[in-house]
Amino acid sequence: MSPLRTLATAGRVLTQIRHDPRTIGLLLVVPSLLIGLVAWLFDDTDVFPQIGPAMLGLFPFIVMFLVTSIATLRERRSGTLERLLTLPIGRLDFILGYALAFALLAIAQAGIAVSFAVLVCGLEIDGSVWLLMVVALADAVLGSTLGLLASAFARTEFQVVQFMPAIVFPQVLLGGVLIPRDQMPDVLYAISNWLPLSHAIDALNAVARDDEDAGYVGAQLLVILTFAVGSVVLGSLTLRRRTP
Amino acid sequence: MAVSSSSAVRIERLIVRRGATTVLDGLDLRIPRGGIVGLLGPSGCGKTTLMRSIVGVQRVASGRVTVLGMPAGSAPLRRRVGYVTQAASVYDDLTVRQNLRYVARILGAPASDVDRVIAATDLAAHTGTLAGDLSGGQRSRVSLAAALLGSPELLVLDEPTVGLDPVLRVELWSLFRRLADRGVTLLVSSHVMDEARRCDRLLLMRHGAMVADATPSALLRRTRTRDIESAFLRLIERAGGS
Repeated sequence: MSPLRTLATAGRVLTQIRHDPRTIGLLLVVPSLLIGLVAWLFDDTDVFPQIGPAMLGLFPFIVMFLVTSIATLRERRSGTLERLLTLPIGRLDFILGYALAFALLAIAQAGIAVSFAVLVCGLEIDGSVWLLMVVALADAVLGSTLGLLASAFARTEFQVVQFMPAIVFPQVLLGGVLIPRDQMPDVLYAISNWLPLSHAIDALNAVARDDEDAGYVGAQLLVILTFAVGSVVLGSLTLRRRTP
Repeated sequence: MAVSSSSAVRIERLIVRRGATTVLDGLDLRIPRGGIVGLLGPSGCGKTTLMRSIVGVQRVASGRVTVLGMPAGSAPLRRRVGYVTQAASVYDDLTVRQNLRYVARILGAPASDVDRVIAATDLAAHTGTLAGDLSGGQRSRVSLAAALLGSPELLVLDEPTVGLDPVLRVELWSLFRRLADRGVTLLVSSHVMDEARRCDRLLLMRHGAMVADATPSALLRRTRTRDIESAFLRLIERAGGS
């Protein structure tokens, strides 16, 4: 592993994205637009204050998952990854470089989404807005690291796009947005405890309502971080220098 | 040890299978250091698989591949062997210079090395162009330029001159010659038989096996032919088969 090569890779990925302003625009704006849509949809009800915080986790998570998994799949498919792995770069350098680049984008994305939800949509946050941003950021990073891992198991664009319903949707369904997690059937509740997005949504709700202590939020963040680190390590282990 | 360190590449009983087909079936080969070795043969004969095995990215069933005295694919070889894939492996959404600068950083090569390889591949007029906006020949030159970074001792070039105009092709072959004169070993695959004359040695390959391993003049003498294409045909006739 070498910090220099990790940074060179992150810089390269960001330069590639910089040449694609439309992707940057979509990446930064779409989650906020969706949050705005949800707020508008429930304008005359008291639903948005309840599910709004969860939306700050959901949309960046989904967007980052998709963008990262497709970006790395493209690298695998174009032959540049094969060439790259003949050079003195560690597999972890490669994956970390991608994770770092998308984490930087996630900072901007989470900042915009939280600001938009609070300032424009009027989402009331009882706890610290900064802590909320940190959780939303952790969540976007989780999305991109899971995307890195998922792309390792995809051979084609068709497959990688279908990881979205396979990996992301169950987490959304069981995350406690449709129905509070403690009201789910026992088996599903137990499963949801093992899904990282559940912990992300729990943390966002806890900060928004300010009904848990900092230790609780810290523990949820730790779970998210563990999943993110685990995905990066697993993702680098699945990279093969030799292919059939 | 003495034998292996004087060879750029040494292959013993190499077997590579892809799915149900055996691409290379017990191939033996020795490439001495220095000079240009042409790897010729029809498409599908196993040229790319052989090159991938030498670079160390091909999963092999059995056999031994030794490159510059080490097992193919060992970590120290990653700075000593340059590889150009058949399809140009460049980032289309980076400029020529950005592509090369990234590879240079991975290799730990100085920034001046980027300018050197840009000049060597005649890309100075396109440094600020996105690789995706280049022509096919220009893109493959970017790929070649990246392989020249860090001045590797062995260059494995999979059809580097495909789609290039004749003037450029001559220029690239004179670049290959200058590199060879400096002691670099080049393994260049091609299915253009007239490029064979520019090589110091020729490997003719067919159906995953070596049909010939000789200098161009020795090959012509032995087959009593005037050009490599006829020599190739004569060898296949002699081997008694289609």
